[in-house]
Amino acid sequence: MARAVTTRHKTINTIIAWTIGLVIFFPILWIVVLSFKTEGDAIKTPIDVLTAAWTFESYGVVQGRSDYFKHFANSVIIALGSTLLGVLVAVPAAWSMVFVPSRRTRGILMWMLSTKMLPAVGVLYPIYLLCIELGILDSRVGLVVILMLINLPIIVWMLYTYFKEIPGEILEAARMDGATLRAELLYVLTPMALPGIASTVLLNVILAWNEAFWTLNLTAAKAAPLTAFIASYSSPEGLFFAKLSAASVMAIAPILIMGWFSQKQLVRGLTFGAVK
Amino acid sequence: MATQHSRSAARIMMAPAVILLLGWMLIPLTMTLYFSFKKYLPLRGGDLGWVGFENYARFVSSSAFWPSVTTTLIIVCSVLVITVVLGVLLAILLDQPMWGQGFVRILVIAPFFVMPTVSGLVWKNMFMDPVNGFFAHLWRAVGAEPIQWLSHASLPSIVMIVSWQWLPFATLILLTAIQSLDTEQVEAAEMDGATPFGRFVYIVLPHLARAITVVILIQTIFLLSIFAEIFVTTAGAFGTKTLTYLIFQRVLESQNVGLGSAGGVYAIILANIVAIFLMRIVGKNLDR
Repeated sequence: MARAVTTRHKTINTIIAWTIGLVIFFPILWIVVLSFKTEGDAIKTPIDVLTAAWTFESYGVVQGRSDYFKHFANSVIIALGSTLLGVLVAVPAAWSMVFVPSRRTRGILMWMLSTKMLPAVGVLYPIYLLCIELGILDSRVGLVVILMLINLPIIVWMLYTYFKEIPGEILEAARMDGATLRAELLYVLTPMALPGIASTVLLNVILAWNEAFWTLNLTAAKAAPLTAFIASYSSPEGLFFAKLSAASVMAIAPILIMGWFSQKQLVRGLTFGAVK
Repeated sequence: MATQHSRSAARIMMAPAVILLLGWMLIPLTMTLYFSFKKYLPLRGGDLGWVGFENYARFVSSSAFWPSVTTTLIIVCSVLVITVVLGVLLAILLDQPMWGQGFVRILVIAPFFVMPTVSGLVWKNMFMDPVNGFFAHLWRAVGAEPIQWLSHASLPSIVMIVSWQWLPFATLILLTAIQSLDTEQVEAAEMDGATPFGRFVYIVLPHLARAITVVILIQTIFLLSIFAEIFVTTAGAFGTKTLTYLIFQRVLESQNVGLGSAGGVYAIILANIVAIFLMRIVGKNLDR
């Protein structure tokens, strides 16, 4: 009896959940469909769209016409560069806060978090001006540095929560056995910290890839990543649904796949450990 | 142990991160404060001297200010209500036994990873376009007149787009919180004859209170500064000009840096009020 009810409930749950899931996912599914149609077919009624012939045409057009790969490369360089630079700065900081804590550690952590709360628009002009003065407006270097600074608090916090889970006794044992600071870092800590560092990199690459305030305001033709390239479709000419769909699919596909692997880290990284 | 040695080593290791963030915070903030007390028009004469609090007064008394505050509040509050309510319901649903749970989770979480410019433009064109959009086809199929979404129902449209982006975030965090609920407690309540509604109100909701607070605070901070979604859809027209967008226009479009900077200072103060509450919760968690 109990089992029968469970199966029935399970079936109902499954149907409701799948329906809702598909509704939420539908816009993404729909642009995937549109991206494989011709421009003429893409604006037809949904049923006509589905029955129209499939084609790779739009992908060819997007890549051919607008230097798509230059913008893609910009996105890769900016997202990876800012994250790796951030991790390089944050690992020593998080390490020392966890293993050599002082009275000020807590204060420093909270202060770092508070810098993340600074609304970007409040410092838009100063940053814009500094970029002009330093000659890094519309340059990849400028965005790498700025996105690194934006995500640095999250990187430090994530690493801090991961490092905190490494048992301190192991380090003490290593020190007792006469390990130098270098050896301790290289052979004891690094292997245990790698999964946490990898998770941190994953989430922050996603955040940097999708960042759309500084990338829109500080780039023009040269350093524009995909966020800014896609935004150029906001003043379109003629039929462009299929092209926009193809460009969008290519822009979100890599990060969607990475995102699905980073669900757990997302919660930890974006709630600063407040929800586990 | 070599405390003295490791302490100075720790300080050196912390220095780059601290110095970088300190510079990132202090230099632009000081500049914004400096500009906010000046009449500064880069394209029309540059620095025209100190004006005291005039920019602050003018920013608040301009005809665009109060509408932008209202717009901001409507967007933030509507999105919060929609994402939290639907997020709780979805999280409870996803926590039930079902087939393909992992797959449904992947479907639900996906919008969060779509870059803001893409979701803005996809909704604007492929769905809300009054001639060729998906909704227009749907409306015509049932014999109704298609809605001019972004001009006649601009705010609801923006709220819809932003909610679609943030619902996954709320759901994922609330689901994580629900999964840490003690099942024995729920079973005990069930045995004692608690109704599903009773169990929800007296056990699940109190357990989720903290996670809901965190979701509200974090989303508020991000929602106060949404930009790209408006930039690519209405560009601030049709009553969708938020405080963030107004400041952006003052600073970069009309190049009135003094006035925009004063607005920026208001935005910073507003964000800080929210941030204080968030920091308190996070700080409490740090002690455990």
